[in-house]
Amino acid sequence: MKNIWKSALHITVGFGGLIVIWQLVASFGGFNPALFPSPWKALLGFGELVGNGSLLLGIKDSMIRFLIGYSAAVVLAVALGLLLGWFSHIWGFVNPVVQWLRPISPLAWMPFIVLWFGIGDLPAIIIILYAAFFPVLLTTVSGVAKVDPTYLKVARNFGIRQPQIFFKIIFPAVFPQVMNGLRLALGTAWVFLVAGEMVGAQSGLGYLIIDSRNNLRADHLMAVMIVIGVIGFLLDTGIRQLEKLVSKNWGHSLSGKGV
Amino acid sequence: MTVYITVKDVSQRYVQKGKEYCALEHVDLTIERGEFICLLGPSGCGKTTLLNAIAGFLPVKEGSITIDGQEVKEPSEKYVTIFQNYGLLPWRNVQKNVELGLESKAISKHERQQIAEHYIELVGLRDFRHHHPHQLSGGMQQRVAIARALATDPEILFMDEPFGALDALTRYKLQDEIAELQKSQKKTILFVTHDIDESVYLADRIVVMSPNPGRIQQIIPVDMGRPRDRTSADFFRLRDRVFEAFGMLPPQTTEYFI
Ligand SMILES: Nc1ncnc2c1ncn2[C@@H]1O[C@H](COP(=O)(O)OP(=O)(O)OP(=O)(O)O)[C@@H](O)[C@H]1O
Ligand SMILES: [Mg+2]
Repeated sequence: MKNIWKSALHITVGFGGLIVIWQLVASFGGFNPALFPSPWKALLGFGELVGNGSLLLGIKDSMIRFLIGYSAAVVLAVALGLLLGWFSHIWGFVNPVVQWLRPISPLAWMPFIVLWFGIGDLPAIIIILYAAFFPVLLTTVSGVAKVDPTYLKVARNFGIRQPQIFFKIIFPAVFPQVMNGLRLALGTAWVFLVAGEMVGAQSGLGYLIIDSRNNLRADHLMAVMIVIGVIGFLLDTGIRQLEKLVSKNWGHSLSGKGV
Repeated sequence: MTVYITVKDVSQRYVQKGKEYCALEHVDLTIERGEFICLLGPSGCGKTTLLNAIAGFLPVKEGSITIDGQEVKEPSEKYVTIFQNYGLLPWRNVQKNVELGLESKAISKHERQQIAEHYIELVGLRDFRHHHPHQLSGGMQQRVAIARALATDPEILFMDEPFGALDALTRYKLQDEIAELQKSQKKTILFVTHDIDESVYLADRIVVMSPNPGRIQQIIPVDMGRPRDRTSADFFRLRDRVFEAFGMLPPQTTEYFI
């Protein structure tokens, strides 16, 4: 209970301070209000976007793409990660390629993606898939390598063979670590969703950003950015809760035995 | 009595830092059905190596091991190993952990549950069936591991320092329980320990090993009835014999007070 009050205080004071500074800069910074809107103007812009329905539509489109791209990435990366982690000699060959691909920003692929898949939903989905894929793959592979060999001995002893070993031992054993990868991937994917939509989409939050810029509506721009941040924060909070739940059931609880 | 497990001229070498190290050298051992054997010796004398070899986790290249006339090539459901760190699956509750070994058997789900419940009851954890391992003490976790092993009704139990991580009182309690279980369930047990008292309390025969190279130094039969009394004169006499085997007996062993 104390913790809730404490974090409520942190959030209120933190954001309160930010808004005050924002207002001060807007009032006394000498910026053109059309280029640097005040908090109030941003709020009005937000109301306008909600009122004409474009914000909700944007959120809906973005979320659908996000869900499809992210789930596809998770399924692919977990399945592949389990296999590559298990057949570690194959991973030896794949790993260098992955390490080379990983630092290439998903956005660098954008020209190709647009050339190959056109514009619309698909480029954004592929960007998210790409962005979420590597964190999940890498945590899964390293999770498999760290599975306690005793579990495997126990399974062998009881005559549990492939593919049962995967379902009964390996997958559950790496699950907490995969969960960690899922959380990393969620944040990354959200960042790149918006970026992807800015280039290749005709709707969604990223598109709203570009649209606001084209219409020289800094207040809309600010409002959409705030919404992007809030949704990202909510997604992260959600998956953190899920992660806690998992680690509690797996016996890795940090806060004692829980209630 | 007929010979059940035969270890014949088994050697096991490891290369450590470019040098060959003999973890087991020309080890011969025969065990009868229903015997309680303790492997006793200092760290590094090859107890775990020998146990793993007999249990099938470590295929031997030199010498041969047979159980019931069959050469040991891999682990089998008929012989269950209980590991020092219990080897419980943390994501399964007690009930599901005990069911693990039964899942590859051709029995119904209902039957599986009943067998598991029976053995959980046997080790006194009825009220903890739905707990996860991390909610149990070390002693309770070890009981779960024992229940899981017994549930598949194996002929042999291999135990590698199963009580090593437990406090003294819990250890005594579990020693009583395992001695009791061995009698009622008629299992052959191979039990690794470096606790001399534990071996005297549990074993029918104590296999004393010495390191570098790992060898069986001598085998001490424990001709004491059960249940055993840890404070009896017989117990101390045997304990002294084991100390003597390790060359650790002080020159004057018996003192008489008048
Ligand atoms: N996989 C391995 N590779 C190299 N050396 C090994 C390996 N396994 C065991 N050894 C060596 O063989 C020797 C015997 O090991 P083992 O684990 O059987 O001893 P132990 O009697 O069980 O000791 P402890 O009481 O410490 O468990 C040790 O010197 C150990 O370092
Ligand atoms: Mg050992």
